[in-house]
Amino acid sequence: MSFRYEVRLSGEGGQGLVLAGKILAEAAAIFDNLNATQSQSYGPEARGGASRSEVIISDEDIDYPKAVHIDLLLALTQESCDRYHSDLKEGGILIADQSTVSQLPVGKFRSYLLPIIETARDKVGKALVANIVALGIIAGVSKIVSEEAMINAIEARVPKGTEELNRKAFQTGLEIAKKIG
Amino acid sequence: MSEKDSTNRVQVLSGNEACAMGALAADMRFYAGYPITPSSEIAEVLSLELPKTGGVFIQMEDEIASMGAIIGASLAGSKSMTATSGPGFSLMQENIGYASMAEVPCVIVNVMRGGPSTGLPTMPAQADVMQARWGTHGDHPIIAIAPYSVGETFDLTIRAFNLAEKFRTPVILLMDEILGHVNEKVVFPRSEEIQVVKRNRPGVAPQNYLPYANTESGVPPMVSFGEGYRYHVTGLAHDETGFPTNKAQDIERLLLRLNNKLERNRDQIIDYATDQFEDAEIGILSYGSSARSARHAVFLARQKGIKAGLFRLKTIWPFAGQEIADHTARLKAWVVPEMNLGQIAHEVEWAVGRSVPVHRINRVDGNPINPLEILAKIEEIC
Repeated sequence: MSFRYEVRLSGEGGQGLVLAGKILAEAAAIFDNLNATQSQSYGPEARGGASRSEVIISDEDIDYPKAVHIDLLLALTQESCDRYHSDLKEGGILIADQSTVSQLPVGKFRSYLLPIIETARDKVGKALVANIVALGIIAGVSKIVSEEAMINAIEARVPKGTEELNRKAFQTGLEIAKKIG
Repeated sequence: MSEKDSTNRVQVLSGNEACAMGALAADMRFYAGYPITPSSEIAEVLSLELPKTGGVFIQMEDEIASMGAIIGASLAGSKSMTATSGPGFSLMQENIGYASMAEVPCVIVNVMRGGPSTGLPTMPAQADVMQARWGTHGDHPIIAIAPYSVGETFDLTIRAFNLAEKFRTPVILLMDEILGHVNEKVVFPRSEEIQVVKRNRPGVAPQNYLPYANTESGVPPMVSFGEGYRYHVTGLAHDETGFPTNKAQDIERLLLRLNNKLERNRDQIIDYATDQFEDAEIGILSYGSSARSARHAVFLARQKGIKAGLFRLKTIWPFAGQEIADHTARLKAWVVPEMNLGQIAHEVEWAVGRSVPVHRINRVDGNPINPLEILAKIEEIC
């Protein structure tokens, strides 16, 4: 039975969402031997401004590389949460950051308000790795890619010398997922 | 094949990165360009990789000079290319005409963004299709090809160089922002599977060489400057020696040879792909990223029991009008989705006449065409 799983990572420029999307795609495509595409939409700014990264994972060839009916939406700003939740499919999953999102939308999807940025800053030690904490949560909740593939993809992609920090960020994200799972 | 080779052959890359790698695989050794979104990663990768191969990377002062530089490098024997987007492509037109007239092989990549003018730097469009054909003045030959996936971008970049060398002509690789920036899985061919065309060299001594000979194939052999074959290159109408002429007979012979050399070899140039077309009643004709939306729409339509099929152009110019007409017999209608206001739909109408209606789906707001828009049109027609 073939499948097409759509993930949208949304927030603002500088939050590492494009990198997170690329890691998720590489985990699926290279280490789990599936097909994956990652695309983005961004403004001319280097920091700030709306940013959105989309990952499609499938066991077949992927034609349209953008999301049509989202399975999982990550929202790291209130604006992105408000703007994109209506694209979630019925029974989809919304994961929002509790420090930036105060109003969680209601719909026919499961939603979780979680301490993503706070966990990265206080428990892992660097707010910068919030994107990798989020990947841990996404991997744990969706089970769309294996934990091993994610760790391999993270280590292959993050700057040298930060592997340990990023591994810790990913594991912390997985633990958050277990609590809500 | 060792395990290491098989791992390296599978990568997640963007279309721009794959374009740069395809150019290197085609033995491109000279790049001159001026970075512009959404094409800049092509220059970025080549600025790192070309010097390692002994090749040359130059960041030029503008796109006019970039075209001039790659024409000069090609005449001196290097396969050469530049990459840009709409605004830079406009500046290149004068020298593209020169390359076409002087029959200098080179590759121009245009990663299309929204226009006109500086338009939408970070958003996709396909509105330079007609500019690729007629952006430079005069009756001139041109080849334009359009990949639709990252893997195909690698393959068609190599093909662009092969066609340029084979037919002594500038070749335009038309990409778009989605394709340039999408990261996807690519399984690269083994190096022995890659075919690279070398320039056809003359079999005569320097004193007998005619750089613009009226050969049977329409494509005269070409030598590199510096090898002892001295000849004249000009944008003026010229005779077989390359020197300017005002003789009507020579001028006409040149213009007809130039324009016929692609037309008479069109079977070698025109390339397209079909998907679920055998029993199709609704034909979706598209190219580049829009063809990905179209393919998904065909999938969705088939799920609803509608016989839709995809006809995807890989060669845009010369236009596959005959091939499209040949695929029209059993259709109720064509649907042509594209990120412009109907530039290719117009060509399709011209190709099929009044035999079937041609429905347009156009989007010029910086967003890709959603497969559901195409599906809605298909359902409306049925």
